[in-house]
Amino acid sequence: MWKRLGIGRACACRIERSRRLFLVLGATQLLAATLLLAAARADDGASVTIDNFTFSPQTLTVAAGTTVVWKNNDDIPHLVVANDKSFRSKALDTDDSYSFTFTTPGTYNYFCGLHPHMTGTVVVK
Amino acid sequence: MSHPHDESDSNGVSRRHALECMIWAGTGLLWTVAGGVPKSMLLTEAKAATPTGFSFLQISDSHIGFDKAANPHALDTLKEAIDKINAMPAKPAFMIHTGDITHLSKDSEFDNAAQIIGSTKLQTFYVPGEHDMIDPDQGKAYLDRYGKNTKGSGWYSFDQNGVHFIGLVNVVNLKAGGLGLLGEEQLAWLADDLRNISKSTPIVVFAHIPLWTIYPQWGWGTDDGGRVLDMLKDYGSVTVLNGHIHQIVQKVEGNMTFHTARSVAFPQPEPGKAASPGPMVVPADKLRDMLGLTSVTYTVGKHDLAIIDTTLSGN
Repeated sequence: MWKRLGIGRACACRIERSRRLFLVLGATQLLAATLLLAAARADDGASVTIDNFTFSPQTLTVAAGTTVVWKNNDDIPHLVVANDKSFRSKALDTDDSYSFTFTTPGTYNYFCGLHPHMTGTVVVK
Repeated sequence: MSHPHDESDSNGVSRRHALECMIWAGTGLLWTVAGGVPKSMLLTEAKAATPTGFSFLQISDSHIGFDKAANPHALDTLKEAIDKINAMPAKPAFMIHTGDITHLSKDSEFDNAAQIIGSTKLQTFYVPGEHDMIDPDQGKAYLDRYGKNTKGSGWYSFDQNGVHFIGLVNVVNLKAGGLGLLGEEQLAWLADDLRNISKSTPIVVFAHIPLWTIYPQWGWGTDDGGRVLDMLKDYGSVTVLNGHIHQIVQKVEGNMTFHTARSVAFPQPEPGKAASPGPMVVPADKLRDMLGLTSVTYTVGKHDLAIIDTTLSGN
C-alpha cells in the first residue's frame, strides 16, 4: 500500500561500456580507443546519479580533463565531498547537479557530507 | 540562547528502581517497560507535570522547506504540532528540538520555524541536525541563531530541577564511510562537564542522530556514541533522546533509556524495509498517524522519566 518515490535504476553510462570495449582491444588500438572514450564523453559527459542514497556508478573511470556531473534524484538533499577535500558541492536538493573537472590523474574517493555512509570513487586516467 | 535558572532542589535519586517507561503509542495504550519487557494496559490519562517534578517536550525533524510528496506542507504539520502544545492544559517547563529544524538551512526556513515554534512562548533548546548545517558557511546560519552560550559546533549543558541536560552535536565533520560523529573536542568537553555531576543526578542527553547504533547500513548511529555511554554508565538514571530516523525506536539497558522521536514533517521506513531511508509516501489520511511529539516527565524521587508519545492525529 505504501510507495516510495525516487526508486529508479541508474543507467550504465556509455563510458563504462566504452571502457569494457577498451579492455578487449589490443594495445595497438590504444589511441583509437582513447579517441572513442573522448567522443563518448563529449556526447553525454561523465555522470553519476544519486538514487536511493547510492552513487551510481560507484566507481567511475574518466580521462584527465573530464567534467563529471553528479545529479541528485532523491527527494532528500545530498552533498558531494572529496575525502581529500579537493572538491565539495553545495547541498544538492532534488534534481540539483554538481560538476567538477578532473585535471590530474589519480583516484578520488568521495562521500555524501550529509549521509557519510554513501561513498563513491572517480578514477582519473 | 540563555539557560534557565537552576532550580535544583538536589533531591536526587539515590536508589535504583525497576525501570518503567511509558509510551502512549497513539493507540491509547500505556506501555510499561519493566526490566526491558514491555507490558501494555489501557491508558486512562496522559501524565501531566507533577508538583514535585516537571515535564518538558521534545519535537524533532520539522524539515521546514520540505515540500515533496511525502508531505508537501511541512510548515502546516509543524503548526499542528505547536497548536497541540499551545492547547495543553499544563504547560511544560520547556521544549527541546532535536534537529533538522530546516530542510536546507535557508534563512527563510529558520525564520519560519522560529516564528511558529516561538508562538508557544516556551524556552526551546536546540541541537542541530545535518540539514541545519548546510548553508554555504557550513553551520553559520544555525550558530548565529542558536549558538550563543554553546561550545564548538553548538553543544552545551544546563540544569533543571535537579536534572542535568546535555545537548550534543553529532552532525558535523562527518567522515567518509562513517555514521554520526561527536569528535574529540566535544568528548573532552563532556568528560569535563560531568566531573562535577554526582552519580545520583538524573541525566538527559539529547542529540540529532541516535547515539546508539540502530541500523548502520542506513547511517543510523554515531561512531563514537559508545564513548558517551561509557562516561554515563555509572549514573543512576540516564535518558537518551534522539531524532533523525522519524520513527519511535526505544531500548532499555540497565539504567539507560534510549528513545527516538517521530518527526513532525514526514515518516521514514522501518530499518531495512525499503531500498533506502528517506521520505516515505503514505496515504494522506495516514500521514498524521506517523507524525508526532514526545512529552517527558520527571518526578522527584522516581528513578525513571515517563516518556509519552502522541501523534498529530491522536490515533
